[in-house]
Amino acid sequence: MEILKQISESLEKGDFNRVGELTQQALDQGLDPKVILDDGLIAGMSIVGQKFKVHEIFLPDVLLAAKAMYAGMDLLKPLMIKENIPSIGKVVMGTVQGDLHDIGKNLVSIMLKGAGLDVIDLGNDVPPAKFVDTAISENADVIGISTLLTTTMPVMGEVVEMAKERGVYGKVKIIVGGAPLNADYAEQIGADAYCFDGVNAVDCVKRFLGAG
Amino acid sequence: MRDILDRIKNGEVLLADGAMGTMLIEKGLKIGDCPERLNLDKPELLGEIARQYFDAGADIIQTNTFGGSPLKLAQYSLESETEELNIAAVNAVRQVVGNNAYIYGSCGPSGRLLKPYGDTEHQEVLDSFKRQITALISEGADLICVETMTDLEEARLAIKAAKSIDSSIPVSATMTFDVTPRGFFTIMGVDIQHAVKGLIEAGADMIGSNCGNGIENMVKIAEEFRRLTSIPLVIQSNAGLPEMIDGRIEYSESPEFMAERCKQLIDIDVNVIGGCCGTTPEHISAFRNVIDKHNSKNS
Repeated sequence: MEILKQISESLEKGDFNRVGELTQQALDQGLDPKVILDDGLIAGMSIVGQKFKVHEIFLPDVLLAAKAMYAGMDLLKPLMIKENIPSIGKVVMGTVQGDLHDIGKNLVSIMLKGAGLDVIDLGNDVPPAKFVDTAISENADVIGISTLLTTTMPVMGEVVEMAKERGVYGKVKIIVGGAPLNADYAEQIGADAYCFDGVNAVDCVKRFLGAG
Repeated sequence: MRDILDRIKNGEVLLADGAMGTMLIEKGLKIGDCPERLNLDKPELLGEIARQYFDAGADIIQTNTFGGSPLKLAQYSLESETEELNIAAVNAVRQVVGNNAYIYGSCGPSGRLLKPYGDTEHQEVLDSFKRQITALISEGADLICVETMTDLEEARLAIKAAKSIDSSIPVSATMTFDVTPRGFFTIMGVDIQHAVKGLIEAGADMIGSNCGNGIENMVKIAEEFRRLTSIPLVIQSNAGLPEMIDGRIEYSESPEFMAERCKQLIDIDVNVIGGCCGTTPEHISAFRNVIDKHNSKNS
């Protein structure tokens, strides 16, 4: 489909106005919202993710692509809800208590949404209990915890402990990410996976859901 | 005090201080608290840190104002105290060093993303830096330290803010680079070539790099800067990347290890050397020895 390719390419360039226009055009042509999402927006976003991973492009390019993603999603979302298209899973995301940095977390949220997941974004400075309580009340599959500061890393362990206390450890998978982290630390605190970037986070979540 | 830029021109290498944040945590700064709040609540802690670095031989001592711009302070609802917090920080250092060291007014990122990547207007960031730097300069900061920048445009706004308040105040501007397979880039995708051009154009008197992934990478970064410009260079390296050891954060590079690489930095013709996260008064003292050897040869 020519228009889907155009959506994907405009998204890669971060041309959010064009992506909005093209998405509307695709809908007007009668294309299925799910197809526009998968073969237009998500297709573009995964190329962006790959290029970001190999440092071919950088954060600003991803941020613009994300804006473009939202420009298209905002049009598709209401239609998809109406048509009852199920999401493939639900992720509760947030930056740990004491950490006000949210660029990394936002990027991962965008990538997850771009992969067709429902994301509940709790923002930054999130207390451990809120991660777990929200995951339980929203019936989420995965908790994603982000941190930038070495000083806030231990709070991630508290989220894991709380999940054990509430009896959801193992049922709700816990993934962690952020600049100072590594796989050893994730294992040490009992997290289910360490994700080194947004693309990797999408792979992890899909693996847990049996969809990857 | 003699003009710092004159001293550099005469071939002297100057020593800046080491980490502030990690020292504050050592002294009890709680996770999630605003570091700048200590300027009013516990100024004696800042005096202690300044004293330790001054005694270790630093020529340049930083203020605890990294997050002291109103945009950044707003994350803790402290923006209305911008002036008080910045003024108190300068005072805490001045009380210790008198006129025997330069006071380096620290000015870190606003924590906001500029348009079109984020939602913040350039003017808003410029005004925010102006407000912070006005307080720093009015209280007698000797130079302004724009640091840990990853967005070139934001760094340029901070430099311009300082120069618009006092065109004669020396401004240093350093950015933080990551190692990628394609070379050194900030997380916002700025390479060293663009950094050099953009920072100088905006009016910086000294440029370079701080924070980062350890001093061996910093040596390479410094080489690349020096290949591109003859402007005074500032390098303030982390003591390696933080590691979690038995629930404690540790930085692996020892004073001796880093001091050895300081010699290389001097050979590259870096003009101001100091430390960033994880460096301590012991590191600075070890740098002092290396720098003294160089300066005595040159005098």
